[in-house]
Amino acid sequence: MSKFKFPESIKSRPVYGTLEPRAGKAHLFVADAEGAEAILDVAKADKDLVANAHIIYIPKNTGDTYVKKLEALKPQQMYVGPSYAASVTRLQRTLADAHMGLQVYLTGTEGLMGQAMLEATNAGIPYTAIQTEHRGSVARRMQCVHCKGITEDVIMDPFVCSHCGLNLFVRDHYSRRLAAYQGVCIDAEDPGNVPEAVELYK
Amino acid sequence: MTIQFNEETFRDDYTFKNSDWAIKRFPFPFHEDSYMYAVNMEQHRGGPDGSVYEKRFDVDEHYVAEMKDRAMVLNDDPLRCQSLPHMTLAGWDLLELIMVSKSEDYPDLFELHRDGDQWHWINKPLGIDDKFTFMDETTLPYGPMEYITRQTQGDFCVLDQRDDNLWMDAGIVTTQADWSLDFDIGMNFFEWHAPVPLAHEKGIFVRALKFLLNIQQGSPARRLNWTMTVNPLLDTSPENYHKWGVQKTTLTPENIGEKQHLRVELQTFFRLPRSNALVFPIRCYLCSFQDLMTVPKWGRRLHRVIRDLPVELATYKGFIDNRPMMLDYLSKFDDGKPTSDGIWPDLETEPALEK
Repeated sequence: MSKFKFPESIKSRPVYGTLEPRAGKAHLFVADAEGAEAILDVAKADKDLVANAHIIYIPKNTGDTYVKKLEALKPQQMYVGPSYAASVTRLQRTLADAHMGLQVYLTGTEGLMGQAMLEATNAGIPYTAIQTEHRGSVARRMQCVHCKGITEDVIMDPFVCSHCGLNLFVRDHYSRRLAAYQGVCIDAEDPGNVPEAVELYK
Repeated sequence: MTIQFNEETFRDDYTFKNSDWAIKRFPFPFHEDSYMYAVNMEQHRGGPDGSVYEKRFDVDEHYVAEMKDRAMVLNDDPLRCQSLPHMTLAGWDLLELIMVSKSEDYPDLFELHRDGDQWHWINKPLGIDDKFTFMDETTLPYGPMEYITRQTQGDFCVLDQRDDNLWMDAGIVTTQADWSLDFDIGMNFFEWHAPVPLAHEKGIFVRALKFLLNIQQGSPARRLNWTMTVNPLLDTSPENYHKWGVQKTTLTPENIGEKQHLRVELQTFFRLPRSNALVFPIRCYLCSFQDLMTVPKWGRRLHRVIRDLPVELATYKGFIDNRPMMLDYLSKFDDGKPTSDGIWPDLETEPALEK
């Protein structure tokens, strides 16, 4: 089961939808891990659309689970990358070469969607015109408000900043510009008093 | 009057102090004996002589010391001042607004001489005398927004207006009530207010935005906001919260009158002429509990407001743990007598404390 219903939250927290085929001159999918399932669902609705698409896919811990299935859709271009960081220059080049009428579809973890959306908006596409669908892990990309370092795939709250080592709690306050949620020191007023970490949404 | 500028600090040894003049003109934020969020906007068209409302950009005895503190904050963390690339024009608008206002409102302190685009700015309290070309960034030591706001008390948010919303696309933020410009830059009005409890549900932000979108050139608006700060620390930033947060635990019944400060923001809103941006200065005023208690009306009222404040607000404003100690202190200054309407001290007409 790769779908998760997020609880209601504050107004800076992103809200994700369900990818649907949209008319466009070109189609770009950026996905990680279980996000592949959302692409397969779009293909069920409109096979030709995906056959004309460019797919940038980062399997993460799903390994080969989805790669063959995506290849079987015979997308016009397909790239399977070892990490988001490794694929980002290709994404930037793709967006730089894009023309009016490109449809962008982002799916998978929040960190992947947030970072790819940032590239798309930097390229001039309004964020409201970009489709997103969350699939897979509910881990978050967190920025430490103190040292500014980013910790990827945070699933426990509180957690230790991977840069400065402070104990941070996970806020729902989200910055599109940073593609990250905010982490704030949890024991500032009582140093050392850190509650036991609990998995997000548990 | 000529202002005597204090030599004082807002950190470490905290020598900050309000004179009797500053206490009497303190913008006490409660117009009645209770508080709840409201769209409490009014025209910013002057006010009583000597009040913080009188001038467009109030200058007081803390001016020079506050500007020194701002320079230290920016030196430690340059990300406290940011301007997205499309906001430079708004920065020039802001520079003009402040220079014109200050030179007209305080001609003994500030002078602006303009000959076409050749401008000459003299800031006597800070010892600045600069000639530059208006709209030419290369003739100033900083970008226009940073240049002028390093010389003006209060934080500044410069808001772009598009898509029927306001966007926090530039600002200088060194005296904030625990929010991060670096995190919030680029957000729209609802997003940067997202963490505020209760007010969204009450429709406050929808109405406030509607009001702000319609502010016209030459018709600025204002409101007061408030929170609590232990020690007169201007830079209560989230960036440094792991350093200053622990100060909240240093309150004792003996030192609370001196250490606990009511922190009031005079927020004003001006439309800028070329960019159509909205500038949102957030001017911070601090006053210790013991100084506030010298005004009997404020003593009575502050006790009642803090006592009856909803838990969510006391938590959001960061003083829920200290509230019982605050109430022990404040209750000594509340004799149960009625209070007059409005925020002013009314020293001549309000009765002395009978307790």
